[in-house]
Amino acid sequence: MDRLRCAGGRRRGRGARWVVGAVAIALVVGLSAIAHAGEDPFSAIAALSADVESRGIAALAVSGNPRAAAVIAALREGKLYAWKWPRPDPPLYIRTATGFVDARSGAAVAAPPLLNLRRVIVSDTVRAAIDTAAGTLELASASATVRLKAAETLFQAADPGALPLIDKALAAERDRQVLRALRQAQAAALLKSATGSTAERLAAVGTLAERADLSTRNLLSSLAGQPPAVAAAIAAAIGDIDFKLKLWGVAENVYYGLSLGAVLLLAASGLAISFGVMGVINMAHGEMVMIGAYTTFVVQQLIAAFAPALSDLGLLVAIPAAFLTAGALGVAVERLLIRFLYGRPLETLLATWGLSLILQQAVRSIFGPTNQDVGSPPWMSGAVQLGGLTLTVNRLWIVLFAGLVLAALMAILRWGGLGRSIRAVTQNRRMAAVMGIRTPLIDALTFGLGSGIAGMAGVALSQIDNVSPNLGQGYIIDSFLVVVLGGVGNLWGTLFAAMSLGVVDKFVEPFEGAVLAKILVLVFLILFIQRRPQGLFPLKGRAAEA
Amino acid sequence: MSAADILRLDRVSVSFDGFKALNELSLALAAGEMRAVIGPNGAGKTTMMDVITGKTKPDAGRVLFAAQVDLTRLDEPAIAGLGIGRKFQRPTVFEPLTVHDNLLLALGGDRSPRFALWARESAAERERIDELLHTTRLVAERGRRAAELSHGQKQWLEIGMLLAQDPKLLLIDEPVAGMSDAETAATADLLGEINRSRSVIVVEHDMAFVRSLGVTVTVLHEGAVLAEGSIEEIQADPRVVEVYLGR
Amino acid sequence: MIALGRVTIVTLGGVVAAALLLAGLNLLTPAANALHVPDFAIPLFGKYLCYAMLALAVDLVWGYAGILTLGHAAFFALGGYMMGMYLMREIGARGVYANPVLPDFMVFIGWNKLPWYWYGFDHFWFALLMVMLVPAALAGLFGWFAFRSRVSGVYLSIITQALTYALMLAFFRNDMGFGGNNGMTDFKDILGFALNRETTAVGLMLASAGALAAALALARAITASRFGKVLLAVREAEARTRFLGYRPESYKLAVWVVSAVIAAIGGALYVPQVGIINPSEFSPGNSIEAVIWVSVGGRGTLAGAILGAIIVNLGKTWLTSALPAVWLFAFGGLFIAVTLCLPGGLIGLFAGRRRGAEKARGTVSERQHGPAERAPRGVVG
Repeated sequence: MDRLRCAGGRRRGRGARWVVGAVAIALVVGLSAIAHAGEDPFSAIAALSADVESRGIAALAVSGNPRAAAVIAALREGKLYAWKWPRPDPPLYIRTATGFVDARSGAAVAAPPLLNLRRVIVSDTVRAAIDTAAGTLELASASATVRLKAAETLFQAADPGALPLIDKALAAERDRQVLRALRQAQAAALLKSATGSTAERLAAVGTLAERADLSTRNLLSSLAGQPPAVAAAIAAAIGDIDFKLKLWGVAENVYYGLSLGAVLLLAASGLAISFGVMGVINMAHGEMVMIGAYTTFVVQQLIAAFAPALSDLGLLVAIPAAFLTAGALGVAVERLLIRFLYGRPLETLLATWGLSLILQQAVRSIFGPTNQDVGSPPWMSGAVQLGGLTLTVNRLWIVLFAGLVLAALMAILRWGGLGRSIRAVTQNRRMAAVMGIRTPLIDALTFGLGSGIAGMAGVALSQIDNVSPNLGQGYIIDSFLVVVLGGVGNLWGTLFAAMSLGVVDKFVEPFEGAVLAKILVLVFLILFIQRRPQGLFPLKGRAAEA
Repeated sequence: MSAADILRLDRVSVSFDGFKALNELSLALAAGEMRAVIGPNGAGKTTMMDVITGKTKPDAGRVLFAAQVDLTRLDEPAIAGLGIGRKFQRPTVFEPLTVHDNLLLALGGDRSPRFALWARESAAERERIDELLHTTRLVAERGRRAAELSHGQKQWLEIGMLLAQDPKLLLIDEPVAGMSDAETAATADLLGEINRSRSVIVVEHDMAFVRSLGVTVTVLHEGAVLAEGSIEEIQADPRVVEVYLGR
Repeated sequence: MIALGRVTIVTLGGVVAAALLLAGLNLLTPAANALHVPDFAIPLFGKYLCYAMLALAVDLVWGYAGILTLGHAAFFALGGYMMGMYLMREIGARGVYANPVLPDFMVFIGWNKLPWYWYGFDHFWFALLMVMLVPAALAGLFGWFAFRSRVSGVYLSIITQALTYALMLAFFRNDMGFGGNNGMTDFKDILGFALNRETTAVGLMLASAGALAAALALARAITASRFGKVLLAVREAEARTRFLGYRPESYKLAVWVVSAVIAAIGGALYVPQVGIINPSEFSPGNSIEAVIWVSVGGRGTLAGAILGAIIVNLGKTWLTSALPAVWLFAFGGLFIAVTLCLPGGLIGLFAGRRRGAEKARGTVSERQHGPAERAPRGVVG
């Protein structure tokens, strides 16, 4: 129907268009007339053709008939039966547990011979129509949320036949949000219908233009055969929506980029301590992250076993647990391995790589090679709608968490007693030792701090990534690049580098695909390190040349 | 400042993160002259050497070599190729190589990888190495790896390598740090000998050693020249006494 | 140095003799004979020889020029891919889709035209040229950027790692035209010799031994020359060589490219013997593994690299089949043990008391320093 009208409008001359248009309008009006004339809104729903059946369902849903909901529900459940043999006004029955009721009246009837009945078939097309119809019926619900959803369904359907229903709902509605949604649905239906003056249509376009999303754009661009003034308004509205969509797209990319950056930041801040402050190349850093993630898993299992009531708070318990586990492991690694390799960064790199293999295999032996299922508490799931943006809650938490961790780290380094000692040892080891600082202890604690932060990163990553023994490997190279890019030993630089890497990655991605984005970022970094070997914010002067 | 100056620093400034290591430093060295440079820590002595040898690029100013070449436009190998040698504070010799090979690499000649790949040691090179071993009293150590030398021997080997380069100007950073008195005296003699055919700048803390050199002394302070003259004049200068000797 | 020369000669002779012995025992003795070498052992040993070339290449840059490369497997894999392209074209119409020109994987993803960069690979000589030229060009470009801007130490390590990581991701892509995830396999023959024939396997293994021997001789000649002495000087005190008038970057670049080509030839010989090349050959772990072979054998000795590669891989073959769960523990432990207790590697153990004593002394003096003092805070030397 619609397609015929469109093709006609576009290809033929003015006269032809009028003829086709007139026929089309006549057909639509005719169909609406059938639906609304109201003698029997039920006759079409048992039609053998899926198209006719779908239209019948839509018409029934908006008819306001008190039996509509029950009949459509029966149809969905496959309990609707029709008279098998051709007849102008076929009887319809709904099968119940005990027998049959008449679909039109709802009265129980004596069981007709099954031989004369057929079950009304529900094809995929029909099922879609049923879903829409069910949505429409919910417009009368007592819950505003359900009504809002129903209004949204009506908007998506943009069925001119639903106009009377919408008008009725509008008159009764009190909720502002639902009112707005209903007006939009009304505007959509009006634009699709053959009735309505140019002024009404223009107003409808204005109403729709407020709602700058993709479905509105699709709806507007599918409208044809409008009066010239309306067509121009539609074109303008589409342009407007495109611009807004682009803006939202940019905002969305920035958000995704920042959340990716937050993940990088979490993975890299620990490294900024062990590599940036101590100069230790810890290739097992990724495994510390992985161990943090497994700690989360174990904590959740323990809580589920011993205190199921607290399971929503499992993650909060896991954060300190992961910090302590990975931190303790870090201290042990420093004492048993790394301290023998100070001043030999290349050997450190090899030894810690060996360590990373051992840790991976150890976890694999204990937990198995497959992904572990780490649950998300309810407060971590869902999404927040912000204008045209959908912000997933878990990512929001991770951005927040990364910021908190970085802030805490900076505070520790700046004001804490440990931080003071760390800085003293970094700046002048011998002098620090003379002043009574136990430098080996500080070395161990510094490395433990870096590892502990990696462990906390693991808690966050367990929410968005697969918890498997290979978890850490995916982050190690990126983390090193972040630290190097930001300038070694500079936490602000680390923050900036992580966020810009994340955002750049997400902006390149839609054009070139995720893998190529990664490659381009890597190539950029390779070139960048060569131009500015000391990162964005280098330390100058003697310290840098030592 | 005459045209015969082999080196002239013209209002050279270098700053690191706002700290002015050199502050419009101007200094001239006549051809064939030996100059001692002293100054408290952070006065800019090492930075001055870095600027002359191309390791650090100054923010402003020029460094003229032999009155015509602006060294600030060249990198380290190019400056070395012009005939400026540098000895570091800590002796840096090539430890895995023998004493002989250390000197061989320092000898003048083609520095390109292609040449080095096919080069065979010539009789002239061998003769020159013998001579240098003699000067630096390392004849007996010829075949030993440099890593095995004593600290003093390493200092001497490094001086030998500088001589092998046959430079026109030699920059020497604290040559007698950590040396015994006898070695210090011998080093002073060696520098005098070197100075016969070359210009030399010596940076040194050891005042007795500077006195024994008997040359013009330049005092640096906060990146600029504070005073210049004989050691007696310098020691009489109240400003110098205040910033340096007086402490 | 003379002692090292002897070690080189012994290693050279040993490798060639072992290859000939295995070949002879495989071809000339009947299968029932106790001395018979089973067929599977021939390409296995050939594979070790190719790994040994990779190790040799790593040692040349790490042991002599102090460049810790964590991306050398990239050159190995690139060489392998160049050879793989030739082998794919050799399949011709015998593929599953029987397309005379297009390899199966291209037909599979719906390509109907050979991409331009596949032209010429139907000729063996062209492929051989590319085996050397392509990795050399990549190494040249990368090295020119890296060494000229004086990136060194761990920073260089990290970007070499990033390089091979980027290449791995790139080769995983189907539209690169190199078979994507699955890479290239199902090779039929090389230069007309069927790859599944035993004599071909023996021939390839002997060719690998020959190539390894030639590479060792070349590396030895380079390191023994004055060029090699400059490299050692650069490794020990790069800044000092500059003040002597040398340009360390040109020396590093030269040896870097030579090393890349040696690795690439190793990769090219590797592919027909294992019968497959895929992007996992680029994985960062492979490059690090090659470094550990060198460490085990003894860094800066050339012969040690070869010994290390063969010994570690023998162990790997045995352990992964006998005790698969233990392998990674053992391998990881090996990294730690070698770096902590065996800084001179196996060759260091054998190469005489004097050298060993010095190494130990050097280690002790280094241990007195804390992390920050000698830490790589500045990148530029």
